[in-house]
Amino acid sequence: MYKIVTKRALNPTVTLMEIDAPLVARKAEPGQFIIFRATEDGERVPLTIAGYDREKGTVTIIFQIVGGATEMLNSFEEGDYIHDFVGPLGKATETDGLKKVAVVGGGVGCAIAYPVAKKLHDIGCKVTSIVGFRNKDLVILEDEFRAASDNYILMTDDGSAGEKGVVTAPLEKLIQDGEEFDEVIAIGPLIMMKFVVLTTKKYNVKTVVSMNPIMVDGTGMCGCCRLTVGGETKFACVDGPDFDGFLVDFDEAMARGGIYKEFEKKAREETCNLLNKEVQ
Amino acid sequence: MPNMRMDKNPMPSQEPDVRNKNFKEVALGYTEEQAIDEAQRCLNCPTRPCTTGCPVSIAIPDFIAKVAAGDFEGAYKVITESSSLPAVCGRVCPQESQCESKCVRGIKGEPVAIGRLERFVADYHNANSTEKAEPAAPNGHKCAIIGSGPSGLACASDLAKLGYDVTVFEALHTAGGVLAYGIPEFRLPKSIVEKEVNGLKDMGVKIETNVVIGRTITIDELFDDYGFEAVFIGSGAGLPRFMRIPGENLNGVYSANEFLTRINLMKAYKEDSKTPIARPKKAVIVGGGNVAMDAARSAKRLGADVTIVYRRSMEELPARKEEVEHAIEEGIVFALLNNPVEVIGDDKGYVKGVKVEKMELSEPDESGRRKPVATGEFSEIEADAFIVSIGTSPNPLIKSTTEGLETQKFGGIVADEDGATSRPGVFAGGDAVTGAATVILAMGAGKKAAAAMDKYIKSL
Ligand SMILES: Cc1cc2nc3c(=O)[nH]c(=O)nc-3n(C[C@H](O)[C@H](O)[C@H](O)COP(=O)(O)OP(=O)(O)OC[C@H]3O[C@@H](n4cnc5c(N)ncnc54)[C@H](O)[C@@H]3O)c2cc1C
Ligand SMILES: Cc1cc2nc3c(=O)[nH]c(=O)nc-3n(C[C@H](O)[C@H](O)[C@H](O)COP(=O)(O)OP(=O)(O)OC[C@H]3O[C@@H](n4cnc5c(N)ncnc54)[C@H](O)[C@@H]3O)c2cc1C
Ligand code: SF4
Ligand code: SF4
Ligand code: FES
Repeated sequence: MYKIVTKRALNPTVTLMEIDAPLVARKAEPGQFIIFRATEDGERVPLTIAGYDREKGTVTIIFQIVGGATEMLNSFEEGDYIHDFVGPLGKATETDGLKKVAVVGGGVGCAIAYPVAKKLHDIGCKVTSIVGFRNKDLVILEDEFRAASDNYILMTDDGSAGEKGVVTAPLEKLIQDGEEFDEVIAIGPLIMMKFVVLTTKKYNVKTVVSMNPIMVDGTGMCGCCRLTVGGETKFACVDGPDFDGFLVDFDEAMARGGIYKEFEKKAREETCNLLNKEVQ
Repeated sequence: MPNMRMDKNPMPSQEPDVRNKNFKEVALGYTEEQAIDEAQRCLNCPTRPCTTGCPVSIAIPDFIAKVAAGDFEGAYKVITESSSLPAVCGRVCPQESQCESKCVRGIKGEPVAIGRLERFVADYHNANSTEKAEPAAPNGHKCAIIGSGPSGLACASDLAKLGYDVTVFEALHTAGGVLAYGIPEFRLPKSIVEKEVNGLKDMGVKIETNVVIGRTITIDELFDDYGFEAVFIGSGAGLPRFMRIPGENLNGVYSANEFLTRINLMKAYKEDSKTPIARPKKAVIVGGGNVAMDAARSAKRLGADVTIVYRRSMEELPARKEEVEHAIEEGIVFALLNNPVEVIGDDKGYVKGVKVEKMELSEPDESGRRKPVATGEFSEIEADAFIVSIGTSPNPLIKSTTEGLETQKFGGIVADEDGATSRPGVFAGGDAVTGAATVILAMGAGKKAAAAMDKYIKSL
């Protein structure tokens, strides 16, 4: 059992939790993830490690409440216990030797992008962070990002905060204006990552994307998380989650992501009933 | 005077048409009378040929004699001198190619039902014994076991009996390895696996789930930071192989591991489960081993029409005979001498069929094996699920995070007869060494390694 040490709502649908998990905290690196099961009969759900404190033995997760499992997790309070919490899983994001990087985050993907930006910043890399949200109310981690970035660009779909528009616009402009990024790291919805890659491909700027397919075990045992990368089948949980964006088959990944849509809808409604909440 | 009837006492089972709609155990087990009657078929041969067919050399005639005499607890003691998982092995061992294949009674009629008797004895003990295992006197030394499958459990059990302080590290949230996530409830009820695991806990073994060795803790850290003196790797062969044919990443294509894990470990067969599972209408399974049979019979129980596609003929099917018979009785169709060449999808990315190529068997080669040869004739089978069960290999995670641990080309860890690897103090056994094999072989390897670890630690 793993104790919830801190719980904080970052916005109405995104929650931060700090979990007591010393073994995970000891080894965690940016880019890696954990799998939790909130209750004994719960689903196994992957979440990226958004931060860790090796001394305190805690791991921070930031999650969007999208369905049954995340709804259940969000119903827990400080001092409650999560049934299972395993990690760190996957490979850490490669940061060695990077001098100038654009970190592009979309929505809750920013929770995953933030520790990467921070690590790059800490090793002396020049970081441009471009983050996008649907509107002002959904913006998360603004102060944290600013502190970890040499240049912070905030975009919203409706212009209610920062600039109006999508993240690819400022990215393309910076590249056109002569910024020479060693690498672009894009983390967010599949569709966003797909468009980032379409943009950077034109200028041949190496782009790493963080893939988040549906997973079960997270140890390479089930093959559920497989993707086509450069024509080969890869398992995101052990070979990734980071991959060379130019090689990823995004259309296939999007089709695979929707496989349990109907079931998820039902599960969400049931959990909401259980927790006496309205289904949004 | 032995009972000279030619055939085995049949196993009382759920009717095929009933059981193929539920996940309860198929075989119900012998009654005491049936067990005694079956035991009386044993001739108590002085040469004990059956014993040579058992990978862990259970004293078969001795335990059967005790059953014949109605001393079921006595029989249990005889078995557990050699095996730590009789309730499991009695259910899932491929007896027809092991102990029972050597039984003298099998020459003219059917062999003695050794497996069924073993199961009976273990179930009798589990139902009637109130004895609780006690921790042995501690000997002050620490051993770590990686993986809680049959090899790890057997190794842990033997080491605990010798007084070692034993910790089992398991990546998943439930202990048992394939017994928990792979083999379905209708063949091996999970309560039996749980009982075995609890027995170990009673002996003082610590079971740490949710720890992935190589990620959460490395093998070097087990020695350097945690003070373990010897480590056993029983991490199995869990990495699923795919066919590398077009369409394999369509929605509705699963590895058998995924399909079975969702059903067994995550309990997706229960109506109120939170784990999504496709309830296919027409499922095609490719492969011919136990795993394929389990996937097929599970899909059937979820309501599908099921076809098993296998590229050789019935004779070459590697699955246990009993499982194949059960599958046929349950209404599973076998499309033999066929090989899938493509999974066909609809415009939304979901499986709608499988294109297969007709195969022929060649003349036997030097090894006497007939190889399937493609004929160039194709047909299509309608399907909304395609489940790949063509084998698994050892997961590379431990190898890639442990310096100096030698592995073979296919990924199996190099280990000698006693399980010693290329790293001093590190032992390995079961599927992690051999590639996918059997429960009893994994268990045997765990026991051998336990003895070798004991010797190793005492020599330090
Ligand atoms: C490696 C990895 C890291 C992740 N990190 C984070 C994170 O840090 N924060 C966070 O909020 N989410 C993260 N996710 C996504 C998160 O796992 C899903 O949102 C979660 O599974 C939803 O579970 P649920 O039962 O609440 O919703 P469900 O009812 O299962 O799903 C609701 C919606 O989410 C979609 N969905 C389901 N599973 C996934 C998935 N694995 N990835 C993306 N969408 C999915 C469904 O298609 C559906 O639209 C990560 C996923 C992976 C694979
Ligand atoms: C569906 C199916 C049906 C089968 N049917 C039969 C049958 O009828 N009869 C028979 O004899 N055999 C059968 N087998 C084969 C048999 O189950 C295996 O040979 C046996 O379980 C191997 O035991 P093991 O201890 O080597 O490994 P496993 O049982 O595979 O256990 C390995 C364990 O190690 C864990 N692990 C892996 N990596 C790590 C890590 N890095 N850190 C921590 N833990 C880790 C895994 O999660 C797993 O729990 C079947 C197999 C399958 C998949
Ligand atoms: S363990 Fe397996 S091989 Fe040995 S006697 Fe029992 S059923 Fe036969
Ligand atoms: S070979 Fe058969 S008949 Fe002979 S002792 Fe063994 S089980 Fe009994
Ligand atoms: S989640 Fe099962 S192999 Fe990746």
